[in-house]
Amino acid sequence: MSEANITAHESDVLVVGAGGAGLRAAIEAAATGARTTLLCKSLLGKAHTVMAESGIAAALGNVHGEDAWQAHFRDTMLGGGSMNDWRMARLLAQEAPGRVLELEAWGAVFDRTPEGLIRQQDAGGHRYARLAHAGDRTGVEIMRTLQQRAVQLGIEVHMECSVQQLLTRGGRISGALALRRATGQFAHFRSNAVVLATGGGGRAWKVSSNSQEHTGDGVNLALQAGAALTDMEFVQFHPTCMTGPGSAQGTLVSEAVRGAGGVLRNAEGRRFMFDYIPERLRGETAPTETEADDWYATRQDRRRPPELLPADVVTRAIDAEVRAGRGFKNGGVHLDIATRRSSDEIRRLLPSTCRRFALLAGLDITREPIEVAPACHYSIGGVRVEAETAATSVPGLYAAGEVAAGVHGASRLGGNSLADLLVFGRRAGMHAALHALGTEPPAKVSAGESKDVARIVRLVEAPLGRSKGENPYLLQRELQECMQAHVGVFRTRSGLEQARDKIARLRRRAAKISAAGPRLYNPAWHLALDLESMLAFAQATTLAALAREESRGCHAREDFPAPSAEFGATSIVLRSSLEGLRMTREAVNAMPEEFRKLMVPDELKQFFEEQSTWVRTKSTSGSGAATPAAGNSKVTG
Amino acid sequence: MLDAVREVQATQAGDLAVRWNCKAGKCGSCSAEVNGIPRLMCMTRLDGLPTGEPVTVGPMRSFPLIRDLVTDVSFNYEKAAGIPSFQPVPAGADGKRRMYQEDVERIQEFHRCIECFLCQNTCHVVRDHADLRPHYSGPRSFVRIAALEMHPLDAGDRLPLLKDGAGIGLCNVTKCCTEVCPEQIRITDNAIIPLKERVADRYYDPIAAFLRCFKRTP
Ligand SMILES: Cc1cc2nc3c(=O)[nH]c(=O)nc-3n(C[C@H](O)[C@H](O)[C@H](O)COP(=O)(O)OP(=O)(O)OC[C@H]3O[C@@H](n4cnc5c(N)ncnc54)[C@H](O)[C@@H]3O)c2cc1C
Ligand code: SF4
Ligand code: SF4
Repeated sequence: MSEANITAHESDVLVVGAGGAGLRAAIEAAATGARTTLLCKSLLGKAHTVMAESGIAAALGNVHGEDAWQAHFRDTMLGGGSMNDWRMARLLAQEAPGRVLELEAWGAVFDRTPEGLIRQQDAGGHRYARLAHAGDRTGVEIMRTLQQRAVQLGIEVHMECSVQQLLTRGGRISGALALRRATGQFAHFRSNAVVLATGGGGRAWKVSSNSQEHTGDGVNLALQAGAALTDMEFVQFHPTCMTGPGSAQGTLVSEAVRGAGGVLRNAEGRRFMFDYIPERLRGETAPTETEADDWYATRQDRRRPPELLPADVVTRAIDAEVRAGRGFKNGGVHLDIATRRSSDEIRRLLPSTCRRFALLAGLDITREPIEVAPACHYSIGGVRVEAETAATSVPGLYAAGEVAAGVHGASRLGGNSLADLLVFGRRAGMHAALHALGTEPPAKVSAGESKDVARIVRLVEAPLGRSKGENPYLLQRELQECMQAHVGVFRTRSGLEQARDKIARLRRRAAKISAAGPRLYNPAWHLALDLESMLAFAQATTLAALAREESRGCHAREDFPAPSAEFGATSIVLRSSLEGLRMTREAVNAMPEEFRKLMVPDELKQFFEEQSTWVRTKSTSGSGAATPAAGNSKVTG
Repeated sequence: MLDAVREVQATQAGDLAVRWNCKAGKCGSCSAEVNGIPRLMCMTRLDGLPTGEPVTVGPMRSFPLIRDLVTDVSFNYEKAAGIPSFQPVPAGADGKRRMYQEDVERIQEFHRCIECFLCQNTCHVVRDHADLRPHYSGPRSFVRIAALEMHPLDAGDRLPLLKDGAGIGLCNVTKCCTEVCPEQIRITDNAIIPLKERVADRYYDPIAAFLRCFKRTP
């Protein structure tokens, strides 16, 4: 392909990704006065963020007047096992309310309290009812609001335009080269600042709640540009996702089903969660079915049913049951509400769940149990950034949203991700704009850049030109099987080593992919390119998981079941080098005294106890898998 | 249905062009026509279709074809860009904005829209009258405009647009759009008809227009 076919574009700030984080970044960059261009891989408005259900965490104090940023900060740090970048956790807690109110001023309509204010609902790990929500489709509400705002500001959008590589000049960002999916043509975007907002890498796992766009592109792009990754080992699994049929596998079954009375049963018919109550939560968890069932009637003054334990605990329990051979045919357990509530009651309590599952899976949840298993849900790790500016280590490169690391620590609280998108999306957009406006606009394309562009074009086109070779769909399946088997809920050294070697082999085979066919909207070609990112993401996760020889938050090592004080103060950092990924261990920033004070001494004590307590599962037929006592963390959606 | 298409893609025709993202009926990417009926592929179960005869799946017919099941839907984005955006009334004295659940419920129905454009594809004004497209925005736009017009805190006015540029008068209330909406938004009854009434009140009802003169001058 000759260079003449590459269209040229210029802007001050280029935002890669149009989910919540990318849209918010673009809006802020434009408002700061930068000429802003926004790119996304699919159509505008289709990003993964539309899937978010339960809400956005912000200490508005509309339901509990005593809620304040300090409490949100404390909950976030406790949930994350204090591995969080405390400065990010503080900014998240302080700025989330402003970001939510701003959405309202842009037309978003959240559910209301009787006083006419934004309603807030409970979620695991949040001390107060804190999640602002629009029914169970909060993500769509946020996306439409931001999307319309971006359109209103006249931001230039290029849809179905997938960035293949970032361009640098003298170690600074100078733009990006992208492939237009619809035409198969290339586009060269020149700009002095780039914001990565590409989301996570959850599609590298077989069972995943993630949208197909979550192929880890941002992590790969950042690595290639010279930026550092951190916390890649922390991958959050949602406990209850459908096991099938077909692509219904991975579809989230929200905690609301358990909240309404749904219970978990293994293939022996046993309500097994009673066997997995962590020592520290015995005081507040019902030990018998009778007492547990009492809770649903009153919801207070009773110990809670074990099905409502923190998500990390439920995730590990389900995984342990299935691995002990007590699962059903699709590798899950039963989530049963049908025998527990009348059909009418189920339809009244869970209207949209009933409808969607009937359509998606042909399943009538008022009559049959749902087979569920944990699914890969959220990428906590990613590109390392500065808390205040969202800047990476490469001048001109910023990252925000799920692609960035730091704010969630070792486990994420439900609702904190949407808050993260807005708070750090805005900061990234602002600082990218300030950076770009403070530097000279891109001069002519340098000889080095032209050479780079030509080289990237050749690489990207290679699969298209191979008439014979590996099938990208089958390679992706192999990768997904491997990650699911070895880099899942529980990890061991030998499993991780197998995964590492398998990924290395897959990378070699990926260099021989054939995606023969037309240039125009050729999904095999798109997948071949996405696979590169998925492999890079998988490799980084596997190496980091191997290095972290302890269990903490959502990283559980069967061979190192206890947390270690040393690792608790250490981040695993990865960078690209000629020999492959280079790993360093770096100290986690310690929280200054004034912030430690926000944690009540009792909580700190409890927190450290949690980190060092392990519970052996009281297993009925003797698997004896070890389950760590999870932190306060809980995934709600 | 989406699974079937993806299986063909993985094993027989790698380049089979199709859009999909969330596989859970939330992103509205996989709109197509299954046995001629506009639907989301991910929410269409093969076992719900007649057996013993071939299942046909084709692209949305009202939009220019790119390849296979992928169409150029930019018409819809162009129409969306032309809608005057939300204009908030000032916040209350305490800096807060108040709205009540019963007042927002009906626009929350419109906010469920996942922009699948199935309604746009189905509406015969869009489908059969290319000449009218410059003057007609289609049901998705009407849903969006209704959401803004009925927003308790909005001070904007989109009735001039509705009457002229968006051409709501061209809609003859066939309700085909409502039938295909995967979010079960009652597009005609709850969005289009009330908007038509507002347009009629303003532009075609002399008494209302007369009274409004008085309301406007305090
Ligand atoms: C089912 C489900 C429910 C959830 N519920 C909640 C919830 O209730 N509360 C909460 O806080 N969190 C929730 N989450 C998590 C949350 O939705 C995500 O973490 C968040 O939406 C990520 O947003 P983002 O802006 O970082 O990225 P995304 O929304 O994933 O957007 C990524 C964007 O980058 C683009 N992109 C990617 N690669 C490229 C490339 N190479 N070139 C160009 N563009 C590219 C994509 O096209 C897309 O536009 C949920 C997640 C799931 C799966
Ligand atoms: S009711 Fe109106 S908008 Fe809907 S399909 Fe019929 S003509 Fe089109
Ligand atoms: S109104 Fe319904 S059919 Fe039309 S775009 Fe929205 S969700 Fe789709």
